[in-house]
Amino acid sequence: MDREKGIVSPALSAFLLLLYAHMIYFNNVTKKYAKDENPSIDNITLSISPGEFVSVVGHSGAGKTTLTKLILAEESPTDGTVFFESTDIHKLSNNDLTGFRRKIGVVFQDFRLLPNKNAYENIAFAMEATGKDDEEISEDVPHVLELVDLAHKSFHFPHQLSGGEKQRLAIARAIITQPDIIIADEPTGNLDPINTAEVVNILKKINDLGTTILLTTHNRSVIDQIKKRVITLENGRVIRDDKDGKYML
Amino acid sequence: MLMMNIKRIVRSGYRNFMRSGFTSIASILIMTITLFVITSLIFIQAALSASLTDIRNKVDVTVYFVPGAEESSIKNVQQALEKLPEIKEVTYTSQDQALSDFKEKHANDYLTLQALDELSDNPLGASLNVRARDPSQYESISKYFETDNVISKGALTIIDKVDYHQNKVVIDRLTSIINGAKRLGFAVSLALALISIVITFSTIRLIIYMSRDEISVMRLVGAGNQYIRGPFIVSGMLVGIVASLLTLILFIPISIWLGNQMTDFFGINLFSYYKSNFIQLFIIMLGSGIILGSISSAFAIHRYLRK
Repeated sequence: MDREKGIVSPALSAFLLLLYAHMIYFNNVTKKYAKDENPSIDNITLSISPGEFVSVVGHSGAGKTTLTKLILAEESPTDGTVFFESTDIHKLSNNDLTGFRRKIGVVFQDFRLLPNKNAYENIAFAMEATGKDDEEISEDVPHVLELVDLAHKSFHFPHQLSGGEKQRLAIARAIITQPDIIIADEPTGNLDPINTAEVVNILKKINDLGTTILLTTHNRSVIDQIKKRVITLENGRVIRDDKDGKYML
Repeated sequence: MLMMNIKRIVRSGYRNFMRSGFTSIASILIMTITLFVITSLIFIQAALSASLTDIRNKVDVTVYFVPGAEESSIKNVQQALEKLPEIKEVTYTSQDQALSDFKEKHANDYLTLQALDELSDNPLGASLNVRARDPSQYESISKYFETDNVISKGALTIIDKVDYHQNKVVIDRLTSIINGAKRLGFAVSLALALISIVITFSTIRLIIYMSRDEISVMRLVGAGNQYIRGPFIVSGMLVGIVASLLTLILFIPISIWLGNQMTDFFGINLFSYYKSNFIQLFIIMLGSGIILGSISSAFAIHRYLRK
């Protein structure tokens, strides 16, 4: 995809303005799913700046997925606030929430592609949803399919694709709308080492072009390959936050 | 922008419908059953109404006059009756006509005819057959003959009998049976229709429940609620359209069979009824199919679109 387009546009000025500001800010956030339960997220305060590549590591149940759900406003915090560029995202109306989600690209461990749409339509859907016109769609979609090396499988449905192909398709869908940040929740969880390396490479490339990335994983080789900031969670708390992180658990 | 969205929603709804395969077929079948019940309800009502009118038309009152009554005084009574607003028509049967009708009716009954020949005079009286505009008026019409001077002077002396009271019991009973059947039929069909509507509703709900992950993905990639809801409603409408066409086709052989076999029983040929009311039935079925499909979808998806 042509990221230059995004950078020379008004997005650039916004980007520069926010360069020293937080993109995502957790302010004493706690999340409990049930009242008497131990919190999944326990009083976390952290910030993510624009352009960062942040990996969140931790055992299963450490709170990684809850963290991403809070950013996507799929779950509301029990206590504290989550800011996205200075807006409290859990106070957004349903309509504003739609607009907010268009600024975020999401990639999941289980891909979450639309089963009734083929590869092309899955990507086109994200553009259609944001109101892009047909001309733009027919121009951009083949381009991004090319980027994730799926151009020859445009008309395959998700069940006709391998795990690695599905994840590359999901990444293509996440970046097509040129989001400010990509949230990847265990994107390599279901992939073999070769596909894992490929997915991480694509994410690194996207980050090099300026998009913030938040990745959760419990895969050591992924962290070692990225060599960027690592936040370690345990029992819902941040126990390490290393600028040039390594996988340590 | 709006047109573009509508086009996309319709296209996406159509594709979902075509690609869902088994789930689409399942909802079409369930919807077809519902529409089938609704159409049967219409047919049953038509058949019962037809038999009721049929029986009502058979009701009449015949006034028999004593043999030898003057034709002119009978004609006077007829003219007086024709002036009454409740009465639709009065037909006169003369003594001779009554005799030849009687002979014709008993053409194979040799003994009766021989006995009739033995009589020198015509034993049969002339009669007036009275038809009312409404069956409920026969009671009051029959009362006219009970008092003199009401119809014409001296009329009572030449009236032999009025057969209303003999028919009354049978007529009343038939009317109440048919009215009862009509009411019962309506209640039963209404209950059946409600049950099948609930089943359709639940089926569509289940199908949308199966799509809940898909809906959450759509939300996550930034689709607005309208844009998510639209295609599901379009699919629901398509289910309704296909199911209504299927029901229409199904009723062709059914109504032909009923028309051939049951016309005497219902008092109406259901195939000709189907043919002459085809447009209305088509609109009713298509309308109920589309409304049922779209409203069920809209309701079912509502809970997944909340924040």
